[in-house]
Amino acid sequence: MSPVLDIRDLSVAYRTPSGDVRAVSHVNLSLSPGEVVGLCGESGSGKSTLAYGATRLLRPPAVITSGEVLYSGKRTGSPVDLLQMSHHALRQTRWADIAIVFQSAMNALNPVLRVRDQILDAIKAHEKMPKADAHEKAASLLDLVGIPRDRLRSYPHELSGGMRQRVMIAMALAADPEVVIMDEPTTALDVVVQRDILAQIVELKERLGFSVLFITHDMSLLLELADRIAVMYAGQLMELGSSAALKDSPAHPYTQGLLQSFPSLRGARRDLAGIPGSPPDLRDLPKGCPFVPRCGHAVDACAEVDMSLIPVPGARAAHVTACPIVLPGAAQPAPASAPAEGALS
Amino acid sequence: MTMLSTAPATELPGARAGARPGALSGLAATWRRLPATAKAGAFLLLFFILAAIIGPEVAPYAPGLQTPLANEAPSGAHLLGTTATGQDVLSQLLTGIRLTLELAFWVGVIATALAVLFGVTAAFLGGIWDELLSLLTNVFLVIPALPLLILLLGLMPGKGQLPTILVLSGLGWPWGARVIRAQTLMIRNRDFIAAARETGEHSWRIIVFELIPNEVSLIAASFVNTVLYAIGASVALAFVGLADLTSFSLGTILYWAQSGNALQQSYWWWFVPPGVAVALIGTALVMLNTGIDELGNPRLRDVRNATKIAGRRIWPTDPTPVVGAANGHRGKLASFLHSFSRGSLLEEEPADQAPLKKAGELR
Amino acid sequence: MQFILRRLAFYLVAAWVAITANFFIPRALPGNVVEAIMAKNPDLEPSAQKALEALLGVGNQGSLWHQYVHYLNQVFTFNFGPDPINYPATVNQMLSQEVPWTLALVGISTIIAFVIGTGLGILAGWRAGGRLDKSLPAWMFVQGIPYFFLALVFIEVLAVKFQVFPIGQGFNAEYYSPGWNWGFISNAIDHSILPALTIVLTSTAGWMLQMRNVMVTTIGEDYVVAAQGKGLTNRRVIFTYAARNAMLPQLQGFGLALGYVVAGALVMELVFSYPGIGLQLLNAVGNDDYPMMQAIFLLITFAVLVANLLVDIVLVLVDPRVRAREVAR
Repeated sequence: MSPVLDIRDLSVAYRTPSGDVRAVSHVNLSLSPGEVVGLCGESGSGKSTLAYGATRLLRPPAVITSGEVLYSGKRTGSPVDLLQMSHHALRQTRWADIAIVFQSAMNALNPVLRVRDQILDAIKAHEKMPKADAHEKAASLLDLVGIPRDRLRSYPHELSGGMRQRVMIAMALAADPEVVIMDEPTTALDVVVQRDILAQIVELKERLGFSVLFITHDMSLLLELADRIAVMYAGQLMELGSSAALKDSPAHPYTQGLLQSFPSLRGARRDLAGIPGSPPDLRDLPKGCPFVPRCGHAVDACAEVDMSLIPVPGARAAHVTACPIVLPGAAQPAPASAPAEGALS
Repeated sequence: MTMLSTAPATELPGARAGARPGALSGLAATWRRLPATAKAGAFLLLFFILAAIIGPEVAPYAPGLQTPLANEAPSGAHLLGTTATGQDVLSQLLTGIRLTLELAFWVGVIATALAVLFGVTAAFLGGIWDELLSLLTNVFLVIPALPLLILLLGLMPGKGQLPTILVLSGLGWPWGARVIRAQTLMIRNRDFIAAARETGEHSWRIIVFELIPNEVSLIAASFVNTVLYAIGASVALAFVGLADLTSFSLGTILYWAQSGNALQQSYWWWFVPPGVAVALIGTALVMLNTGIDELGNPRLRDVRNATKIAGRRIWPTDPTPVVGAANGHRGKLASFLHSFSRGSLLEEEPADQAPLKKAGELR
Repeated sequence: MQFILRRLAFYLVAAWVAITANFFIPRALPGNVVEAIMAKNPDLEPSAQKALEALLGVGNQGSLWHQYVHYLNQVFTFNFGPDPINYPATVNQMLSQEVPWTLALVGISTIIAFVIGTGLGILAGWRAGGRLDKSLPAWMFVQGIPYFFLALVFIEVLAVKFQVFPIGQGFNAEYYSPGWNWGFISNAIDHSILPALTIVLTSTAGWMLQMRNVMVTTIGEDYVVAAQGKGLTNRRVIFTYAARNAMLPQLQGFGLALGYVVAGALVMELVFSYPGIGLQLLNAVGNDDYPMMQAIFLLITFAVLVANLLVDIVLVLVDPRVRAREVAR
């Protein structure tokens, strides 16, 4: 099955007077129809930049320095490259093919327009229909996410955080997209509401059949929600595989570190280990693997790694990692410091 | 805070909690980041400040010296001509620049000090004091200044430099106070202030050493704005005769030019130079202000920095452009020099795969 | 609605401060101000002198509080006293002739300048870095020119040299007299073009620079990016999403800046000999006509306060969050 969204070798940089900040470097990621792919990483890892760069929503001084973003959906037939499109074609593709649910709904909704008008905007931009039909569609979108219809007349500041996020989701579905990119949709909400929203998302996905690219820093969410998970660090992909594979046998030291940062309700008690250090300066990336300063397994050979994704030996489904040094089953060099608990099976 | 449209912040202007970089290197870094307009404004202002300092010393004549050569056009002896009483316009101009700048500077200092005092106090004390001070500030803001100034100076017996400075300062602080109060309210709740409080630092020490360094760009902007207001107001007041008419500030020169009917008689050299001087000083200050604005508002800087990429202009509503390869890293000196170059954003050839189409379409 | 009431209360306080300042200033100054007036206008009648003394607090007028109440009474009945210079006319009579001129000129010019400036500012924000932006330093220069100086230049070039416009005055008194006939009105308009042009040119620069900065900030907001992501047309993004929001701080700035606009216009009236209250104020200063000065100061202050209140009302209509904020208090 050909992927509905295929990001190939995408690089995004911010052009500043002191050089380019490489926010995303040569990332390959694809999304199949009906699939949920999680994109995980710390702040500054480039995960949001990847999504917005792919849809070309980034503002100057951002530039895209390499790659293609191929979309092949029902509407288009053969794959088209978003990076090659004219602004006009791009505008038609946005929302109708690829929609985005933005982080922090309070900021992503126009404060002076009613909810109804904002949803109508999204509908009218992509489909010509009589006013009454458009209104009915807007109302039914709110029904989809479980918000009372009379909220159409509200302004964004009159809604609670959870409601606003649901309005964002409803709006994203206004033009029947095939791909929905969700950028930290639940980060600003409390845990209970988080659960609600996530359940809603899953239900809608089942019902309407769109693919989801779910961006978050919360790995535990993805382990439950996503079919496949991609782990990003310093603008590059570290590991990519099914969520089961990542949970049971994470291959990359960074993934292992992330998994260790979350407590688990079940299982034996263990000490929580974070990942010491901080992300690198994206203007001045070191040669080879960017994770070296914080990696407990770093050796000299790490500076020569070319960061291409190689299959994990012995994996069931496609499971790739960028670290050729630390592989389950490969010969292990003596670690520089004591390995974290339970790092390698 | 948006996550999309600003480049990853490299340094926060002036607001690094606890870390106060050496003053000189901090200043150099700030200068480098200013837009060309602000730099030009700074140089222009510097020119006038120099004129104010050494001008009257090198003036060819005493400004009040009357000669029989009345209303003469510019000539070798009088580079800017003479007034109706034969006084040298150039000498008067130089004196005027000094007097006007002096007055404006003092008003700036006093009014800004008052603004900081009222603004920080109101924000720090909170509660009823805040309400009262805010009310006072807003009342003074909304009452139109110039008519009140005219009334005050009109009724006062003495209209010289000192009363003018006092009166202008008295009415010039509210604007800055409001802005500073808003900023202080925001900063007051930040962690490092709470931390300082916890360790028992006295309030005034917190204010002077922790709070104010973080508001430097705001205070600078307030100062520049106040100076701008002082120049405009003092020149206007002098023009209508509400100043010490025996002195030679730029405004009084204009007053005498008006009384001497320089306008009707087309003695342009009498009223054009002082007017242009006022306009240029004002322009320099506004230009400088754009630089200060940018320091406080990174979005303005982003827009300036990056709207021309790979030889094409990129509007905010355009999709992210697709160019060729990324650029390498520049060292500190290289990027400093580079920032002066005109083509500092015309990096490389547009991607060579396809010819560029007209604006609005890319690739 | 509550918001409007609170603002109204605020403006009443401000007005009271202005009135009280007006009351105290002549009393706080040294010297006998009435004597100065009498010296300049020897043919004033004793009743006028008495009225002036009462107004300005000279001589034995009873307790301060008593004077204050009396003064408040006068203000509320719009009795500003006799006009020493144009005796026997009262201040009221003089002002009622002059107010319409200033109101028309300043009111219309300011609105035109605001509309043009804001429109240009929206464009400059949209096309940040473009040709309009390049011309910003020129606009800054225009903004720095004092109104009256520009007025002088205009008169010199356009009225005297090229004789395109009349040199000054409100109308040509040789041929026309005030009345609702087309001849007079067209002549009045002819005479007001240069002053209006002066105001429009200088203040447009200010509005434009301000709006541009607000637009640039607003365009960077998430909801504008979200609007682009929705695939809306540029026009809709810029106007309904960006400009609509940017107008709010711009309007607030308008209220604050009104005082300065009016101030500049006053001095400019002097240059054009335009028969408005600005010219009257400045003449009064020259003649030590204190009652007139006080009255005009109050009048201008009240006008600015009323205009600010109107701006507040517009803000309430345009910004839905204002109502909510007040409800939440």
